[in-house]
Amino acid sequence: MKPTDTSNPEYFHRVVDCQWACPAHTDVPEYIRLIAQGQFTDAYMVNRESNVFPGVLGRVCDRPCEPACRRGRVEDKPVAICRLKRVASDLKGAFKDRLPVVPETSNGKRVACIGAGPASLTVANDLVPLGYQVTIFEALARPGGLMRTNIPAFRLPAEILDSEIDVILDMGVELKLGHRIDSMEALLDEGWDAVFVGSGAPRGKDLDLPGREEASANIHIGIDWLESVAFDHVEKIGERVLIIGVGNTAMDCCRSSLRLGSTDVKVMARKPRDFFKASDWELEDAEEENVEIVVNHSPKEFVLEDGRLVGMRFDQMEYQVDDDGRITDQRVIGERFIPADDVVLAIGQENAFPWVERGLGIEFDKWDVPIVDETTFQSTRAGVFFGGDAAFGPKNIIWAVEHGHQAAVSVHKHCTGADVSDRLPVTMNLSSRKMGIHEWSYKNDYNPLERGLMPHVSLTQRFRKLNIEVELGFSPEQAEKEVQRCLNCDIQTAFTDRLCIECDACIDICPTDCLTITGNGTEEDLRQRLKAPSENPDQLLFVSGPLMHTARVMVKDENLCVHCGLCAERCPTAAWDMQKSRFSFPYAIDEEEACLSRNRRSA
Amino acid sequence: MSYMSKPRIAHPGLKKNALGLTRRDYEGGMSTLCAGCGHDSITAAIIQACFELAIEPHRVAKVSGIGCSSKTPAYFLSASHGFNSVHGRMPAVATGANAANRDLSYIGVSGDGDSLSIGLGQFCHAMRRNLDMLYLIENNGVYGLTKGQFSASADVGSKAKRGEINEQPPIDPVLTALAMGGTFVARSFSGDKEQLVPLIKAGLKHKGFALIDVLSPCVTFNDHEDSTKSYAYTRQHYHPALETDFVRPAEEIMADYDAGAAMSIELHDGSMIVLRKAAQDYDPQNRGTAFAYIKDKLRDSEFLTGLLYVEETAPDMHVLSHTADRPLVDFGWEDLCPGSSALPEILKRYR
Ligand SMILES: Cc1cc2nc3c(=O)[nH]c(=O)nc-3n(C[C@H](O)[C@H](O)[C@H](O)COP(=O)(O)OP(=O)(O)OC[C@H]3O[C@@H](n4cnc5c(N)ncnc54)[C@H](O)[C@@H]3O)c2cc1C
Ligand SMILES: Cc1ncc(C[n+]2csc(CCOP(=O)(O)OP(=O)(O)O)c2C)c(N)n1
Ligand code: SF4
Ligand code: SF4
Ligand code: SF4
Ligand SMILES: [Mg+2]
Repeated sequence: MKPTDTSNPEYFHRVVDCQWACPAHTDVPEYIRLIAQGQFTDAYMVNRESNVFPGVLGRVCDRPCEPACRRGRVEDKPVAICRLKRVASDLKGAFKDRLPVVPETSNGKRVACIGAGPASLTVANDLVPLGYQVTIFEALARPGGLMRTNIPAFRLPAEILDSEIDVILDMGVELKLGHRIDSMEALLDEGWDAVFVGSGAPRGKDLDLPGREEASANIHIGIDWLESVAFDHVEKIGERVLIIGVGNTAMDCCRSSLRLGSTDVKVMARKPRDFFKASDWELEDAEEENVEIVVNHSPKEFVLEDGRLVGMRFDQMEYQVDDDGRITDQRVIGERFIPADDVVLAIGQENAFPWVERGLGIEFDKWDVPIVDETTFQSTRAGVFFGGDAAFGPKNIIWAVEHGHQAAVSVHKHCTGADVSDRLPVTMNLSSRKMGIHEWSYKNDYNPLERGLMPHVSLTQRFRKLNIEVELGFSPEQAEKEVQRCLNCDIQTAFTDRLCIECDACIDICPTDCLTITGNGTEEDLRQRLKAPSENPDQLLFVSGPLMHTARVMVKDENLCVHCGLCAERCPTAAWDMQKSRFSFPYAIDEEEACLSRNRRSA
Repeated sequence: MSYMSKPRIAHPGLKKNALGLTRRDYEGGMSTLCAGCGHDSITAAIIQACFELAIEPHRVAKVSGIGCSSKTPAYFLSASHGFNSVHGRMPAVATGANAANRDLSYIGVSGDGDSLSIGLGQFCHAMRRNLDMLYLIENNGVYGLTKGQFSASADVGSKAKRGEINEQPPIDPVLTALAMGGTFVARSFSGDKEQLVPLIKAGLKHKGFALIDVLSPCVTFNDHEDSTKSYAYTRQHYHPALETDFVRPAEEIMADYDAGAAMSIELHDGSMIVLRKAAQDYDPQNRGTAFAYIKDKLRDSEFLTGLLYVEETAPDMHVLSHTADRPLVDFGWEDLCPGSSALPEILKRYR
């Protein structure tokens, strides 16, 4: 293999598994260390810079970082990254004086955002400090999008949501509530400098089966029903409820039903458990509340008696699954009637744009979704951008935030006449953590603690009201322990080949056997000759240049390195060093600064 | 020296041996040697070899003298017996222990100072008796622990870190062993585990005294330019004369050997050593020609490495001394001590 180019930020970025997995590249190990030092406000600000809603996300983020976490490969459970984010948010002090300063005079550019969900709010967050006049049009009476209307208050309290939205609105955003945009054409005619569509994926899928129409009074579309619950338009539901579908929406529907008077809630899944879309923790939380999850039942018909829904009939299914876990065959093995008073359909949602006229230069593909560039978020019409669920279908909050950041960069480029696809590169700064011969300015000892468990409000208490937050958050003692589980993946092992005398000290000391000195070869060949068998081809190999004495190479399999720094401690020549990587991901404000400094240099 | 210990992480790639133990179960305390010391690599090789042989740690006794090298038994096999003796006196302790319990495996770790300077006499007698043990000399040409004075293995012309040149001829442990009747004589290098690990395995299984002289650079006092025991110098001057593979009794010989160049030697427990010669007419079973060849090469500043001489059928100390087959420790008190009533009878024999 060619020697690894570690000056390319991508290499070390990928080593920080959580940060690499986070759509918004939150600097997780940095904020965890800040929490460990009791610097909660700093930890909050590190979060806010990339993910804008740390208090919200510290509760309900989809947390793609956690399955990626290295700790989960070394032991079985990842660091409770999301819970620690909440700790930073719960314990932070005053921070408003640290927000970007909004200029007193505007730059004269007007930007319209449609929908007040996380995507639009992020666009506003990034553009207002640059002097943009941002107006958000929201059809409903409160801002927040699905965070408000669909994520139940027992998971995300309104005060938390309000406070983080207010930080953005207080920068000076014009928010027009109860203002649905019915015509894109009319909006464009108003002469905005740029338009951002953050209208989400508002259409819940229906289930067209016999009896659907006749029983419609007791059949509810999940996301619409949750919205009605959130706005107190619905205050109760029948005793026996069937939830169709087993994604995260289904989990919110079943748990909401329990709080609105039902005593027997079944979530009906067509397939076996391995195929569920819901996150494990959402399933666990629902099952803790005694929701029954019924597998292998495919809906067949809604059953009525005297014009009223009395239940549903299902085909009972059997599946053939191959070694890779894929379904190869299925058959119906029986039929079953399950009585119910109400049915909630939670089988997916789509984006829909009845209000965007065709012929405006905004092109749609064959599924009737707008064509959007994956880097710039620009539609086929210059100056019109899409982001969040509106861009590529339903995802989650953290993706909506990242789309918002990127769209803000594009809006800024568009409004300053620059090429939207010409983006600033991600940059990296490395600095040694060495303090003394065996001292590092980070805690390098591996702590075998187990993952902390989230304390919950007791089952007898939590159903009393709809908005009792179930999760209590980590206690300070729990947080103090959990931070020690982080492996500091951003403290990189940096190797200098010309210093290595091939003494093997690093190879012998490495507790996870990730280092090997051997003859060079192709990647496939090298992976077979490593000290610990290479079990994860997704994780990169570091390969040095030829070593001084034997021309062999140092190979590091990044998969299991616990960043303990022992290789660097045992190396007599400091060929290994532990260096902190800090990446900077360009936001709109960085584009502005780059532009200013260019101007300064040319002046 | 690190302030923290090597974390115990049972990572998924960690294999188990026949006893269900991992390599980590054969480790000891955290080394306090200088970072990069060759001795630490030898420790790692011992751990690897014991793991691969699936030795029960409590059936091993580690013995050593004084020196950085002699400290290392603390860093492997923490579940074994150990005795850190007086400078140069490890062979006496090993002899006593072996006399009392012939069933344990003995691993002696010594230095060039410990074995060739102060302890030369003891070292020679242990070989003469063919004491059943593995004896490692971690050879760095200096007294590491006392800050780098030349030892008896320093080569003529080798320069000390402070600048003085050694003028006295070295004692070569391999030639000494051949002269003293050693029955398993090998040389290796701390930086070549592929060679060292099979040698340790074979040495542990050899019935009799197995010497491995391991070149083991002292990074702190003898790794500079003009040293003849540095990493750089050793890598340039060491020549594997024979490649050694160790094959356990139940295993099949898997590798393909060139008939002319390979020879296999059966050990007492049925395991095999397969030697592949790099040098054409080298005969590792002829003490005389081996001695001459190694000496010739040393004159040309070449360290021959590998299993240089082996004799599997020579009697060990217990055979030579006609001791009981059963280890003394297994005898009951009554058998070991005939009691005061028997004393007059015994004394009578000396009248
Ligand atoms: C039940 C449920 C639970 C969820 N739970 C989680 C979770 O726990 N964690 C997570 O990360 N994600 C979760 N999600 C997904 C997440 O809420 C969304 O991905 C995210 O909110 C999308 O943000 P957005 O800004 O793109 O749009 P949205 O949040 O959908 O906001 C769009 C806004 O635009 C408004 N709007 C739409 N059309 C117009 C128009 N024409 N004019 C004016 N306003 C308009 C809507 O009223 C809405 O307020 C959940 C989704 C659902 C349905
Ligand atoms: C009887 C006695 N004499 C001298 C010493 C001082 N001393 C301690 S270690 C050592 C030399 C060790 O050299 P070596 O065996 O080569 O070990 P190394 O440290 O090089 O591994 C000496 C002379 C001692 N401890 N005891
Ligand atoms: S930091 Fe070094 S010693 Fe520690 S696990 Fe990573 S490679 Fe191994
Ligand atoms: S410890 Fe340092 S000098 Fe020794 S092999 Fe490792 S990198 Fe090379
Ligand atoms: S002084 Fe030399 S022999 Fe002793 S520990 Fe340090 S490097 Fe090793
Ligand atoms: Mg020495």
